[in-house]
Amino acid sequence: MHDVLKVDVKEDIYRENNHIAAHINEDLTEAGIFMVNVMGAPGVGKTTSLKRILENLKENVPYIIEGDIESDLDTKHLRELGIRAFQINTFGACHLDAPQIHNAVQNILFEKDKKGILFVENIGNLVCPAEFVVGEHIKLLISPVTEGSDKPYKYPLAFEKADVILLNKVDLLPYLDFDEEFFMKGVRALNPDVPVFKVSGRTGEGYAEVAAWLEHQAAHMTCTGHHHHGDGQVEHHHHHGEEEEHHHHE
Amino acid sequence: MHEYPITQQIVKIAEEHAKEQGASAVSKVCLVVGEQSGFVGDSIQMYFDVIAKGTLCEGATVEFRRVKAKLRCCDCGELFERTELFSFACPKCGGQGGPTDIGKEFYIDSIEIER
Repeated sequence: MHDVLKVDVKEDIYRENNHIAAHINEDLTEAGIFMVNVMGAPGVGKTTSLKRILENLKENVPYIIEGDIESDLDTKHLRELGIRAFQINTFGACHLDAPQIHNAVQNILFEKDKKGILFVENIGNLVCPAEFVVGEHIKLLISPVTEGSDKPYKYPLAFEKADVILLNKVDLLPYLDFDEEFFMKGVRALNPDVPVFKVSGRTGEGYAEVAAWLEHQAAHMTCTGHHHHGDGQVEHHHHHGEEEEHHHHE
Repeated sequence: MHEYPITQQIVKIAEEHAKEQGASAVSKVCLVVGEQSGFVGDSIQMYFDVIAKGTLCEGATVEFRRVKAKLRCCDCGELFERTELFSFACPKCGGQGGPTDIGKEFYIDSIEIER
């Protein structure tokens, strides 16, 4: 005799990832390390932007975790520059998740004088990385003018979740039909207060401001671990869309 | 794109709850999937069939309740679904719609078990 019974579960499928991410965030916050999850499609200038930001950091030791599908070219290059860089290969996976970066973070926590800013360069992809928290304090999104002004409308989640946006390759604006007003209208609808910095990885323009903004955020960081349903229980949140997490920009 | 690791989590959570209830098998897993979560139903069922082999979830069907993403107008408060590809404008008053959590759901709602 089989008895069929319906059991309520109501459990977030990201539970385990979010749980690990919350721990990573707590450990890093305690150690004085501010984590920035760097997101953007392939070729938008993630590695170049990181190098430019590093040139402009004044008060913080930089760490980098490089997520790549296969190679470690970026990491080798960064190490040649004397930067503490750690490689993670996902072997085909489209994003980094918290369990993958957990070990790399533990290595960083073993170092002395660990206070600083940890940049996690996510896989080049504008969809999946937006869905997985890895323990970051903020998400930095890079969208270059060469990709067109319609990106906020096509990839709304990435723009909504970003805590800071770099509009890269602005040195090419004279050669393109980039509609900045249309781009900003989309960004503002999704994320009214997010700072948007115009930068050029090629000329270095704008990165001093980005670095100063990041150092200011790092100096005022608080643990974000509990915002992401760390206990795995689904909250029934149907009517408070506006109360998103804008606590980074006061 | 990342349905495989996600499906492992689904099987794991479903099995935990089934064991707690002393189930002999799980016959159905009901998911709530917001359209912005970007998951492909057919892929999840395909991976589920493979991953669930040898677990309490073997042979179970995966049922999806899809939730359309909704925006809330910043001017008039109207909740609406986007109809145009390159606009977030409110169909009622033309104001700009801001994001809500509706359409981002991704959780196991319930399971059906046999004892």
